[in-house]
Amino acid sequence: MAGLELLSDQGYRVDGRRAGELRKIQARMGVFAQADGSAYIEQGNTKALAVVYGPHEMRGSRSRALPDRALVNCQYSMATFSTGERKRRPHGDRKACEMGLQLRQTFEAAILTQLYPRSQIDIYVQVLQADGGNYAACVNAATLAVLDAGIPMRDFVCACSAGFVDGTALADLSHVEEAAGGPQVALALLPASGQLALLEMDARLHEDHLQQVLEAASQAARDVHALLDRVVRQHVREAALLLGD
Amino acid sequence: MSPRPSTRPLPAVRLDGRQTYDYRNIKISFGTDYGCCIVELGKTRVLGQVSCELVSPKLNRATEGILFFNLELSQMAAPGFEPGRQSDLLVKLNRLLERCLRNSKCIDTESLCVVAGEKVWQIRVDLHLLNHDGNIVDAASIAAIVALCHFRRPDVSVQGDEITLYALEERDPVPLSIHHMPICVSFAFFQQGTYLLVDPNEREERVMDGLLVIAMNKHREICTVQSSGGIMLLQDQVLRCSKIAGVKVAEITELIQKALENDRRVRKEGGKFGFAESIANQRITAFKMEKAPVDTSDVEEKAEEIIAEADPPSEAVSKPVLWTPGTAQIGEGIESSWGDLEEEDEEDEGGSDEVTILDSVKMETEDQNVGNHIGDDTPIVLSDSEEDEIIILEPGENPKKTRTQANCQQGKVPSKKAIRKKKQQPAD
Repeated sequence: MAGLELLSDQGYRVDGRRAGELRKIQARMGVFAQADGSAYIEQGNTKALAVVYGPHEMRGSRSRALPDRALVNCQYSMATFSTGERKRRPHGDRKACEMGLQLRQTFEAAILTQLYPRSQIDIYVQVLQADGGNYAACVNAATLAVLDAGIPMRDFVCACSAGFVDGTALADLSHVEEAAGGPQVALALLPASGQLALLEMDARLHEDHLQQVLEAASQAARDVHALLDRVVRQHVREAALLLGD
Repeated sequence: MSPRPSTRPLPAVRLDGRQTYDYRNIKISFGTDYGCCIVELGKTRVLGQVSCELVSPKLNRATEGILFFNLELSQMAAPGFEPGRQSDLLVKLNRLLERCLRNSKCIDTESLCVVAGEKVWQIRVDLHLLNHDGNIVDAASIAAIVALCHFRRPDVSVQGDEITLYALEERDPVPLSIHHMPICVSFAFFQQGTYLLVDPNEREERVMDGLLVIAMNKHREICTVQSSGGIMLLQDQVLRCSKIAGVKVAEITELIQKALENDRRVRKEGGKFGFAESIANQRITAFKMEKAPVDTSDVEEKAEEIIAEADPPSEAVSKPVLWTPGTAQIGEGIESSWGDLEEEDEEDEGGSDEVTILDSVKMETEDQNVGNHIGDDTPIVLSDSEEDEIIILEPGENPKKTRTQANCQQGKVPSKKAIRKKKQQPAD
């Protein structure tokens, strides 16, 4: 996009943030009564909804059941009104499939699946408004939903995206910054151990800058973790109050 | 690769003799048409074919050409590949290749524009996996980029509103403008990241914890990073892998350049080129194993260790004779005695190979069998044929050849272990 400065001389981005600043995150757990666990998250203008059913008996083919662990089944979908142009996305879309696989990979690593052999845990994620950082918002929402469902996990799974412009690493990219075509990293982190559950990078980035970008993304994910932790505690406090403890 | 509890530290060697960071042999061969190539990474084989077509551009990108990638896992590649089943793997591979080649902008799509908003080139890269021996991603990415570098599109000229597409005979076809060559390098993780192997083959892929793919070009720019399989990575592991990938990519890029240069030279000089030329050298009738260097310096010591620890082989006693009544006893494939029947007066050779002749006998009737039964240890005479001598062969003895004639003398003293039973004369 000609004439659009992603990082001004004073160090401000297009939406007025600094390089390492996250967008405003608001989250809520227990949004749906029907599902075992649900959560809604807003990261800037990106809005994602996650719903968890499980652990329950295998639906469909029993033969796919794993004898020693639970099967995690993730589905990702974007609403037709989520992007600037209304776009009908077919269900078996390659990109949606890939996202589903990545979410599954992320959560299979984090959920203690050994506790539920021969069962299935379903995670459904829907993006209501896509303004950059779709994968990160989905992972954060799904983490909260899994916690709401009471399924034990090793740790929070916090995700964030990062980019690189003019020698500076930017955290939490918005759609405008993503569309500019620079390098983008999406990273899912377990904050306590610092292990990366998923790492994904696109577009050209010189090897020397890789560490800087990874650091920025990890730090952003840790900031997200602090926020999500606060949300969970708040929710538990509210639930305890309602129960009359 | 398992750690052995031994006093000496062993050099880490993989199943096929490679080191941890070694690639398998890469062979690149080109077809007769431009844009067709086969890449062999060890035994993994991928065929790449590029084709082009003039189409209308996408609405939001009116001045850019269209790139389309498609990887297919052919059913001949592996027994597990069926038309419907492999969708997860297929989606993952296709998306990875798309991101690696399209998002990294290795091809200048603006140069594919003919008339802005009306006609652009659509370049289609089709990759087919012909044989799966691990590490499809690397082979496919090499095949894709080699095919794109090799491809020539027809020349086009625009005069006002007219677009003239020149045939191959009229004007030489034009190569695509490629900025850089992104190549994927795969790392397999084992034991929670303790072991890291480059270019896993099929067996290693089955037991690995997870896979990390880094696509780089020779300018040390990372084009794509993708972790899969649910491994937990640490940041420094990723950085280490990227350094290794840089080295590997430089080697592979050099190989690609050499292959392209060779092919260009052969075509210019008018020599023979194409798949038929490259496949002919492989001599299907001869089995040829690629040699891998194996350290044999301390083979003797290792062998002694193994022999000392092993149990001595048990005494195997074979019993070729059935000691039960009523069973036919057939000659055991030793030298036929038919010729000897006619040479009854001939002395047999004493010092040469001594072979016991067992006559084929027919099944005895039950009465005679019962009568013949002498003891458990003694062999039972089963036949009422005219030839009387039956020598039972026991292991560990030196069998002796004897004359077996009804009326001839028993010329030879049998060896001490042979049990000779006089045939009972059949009842008249």
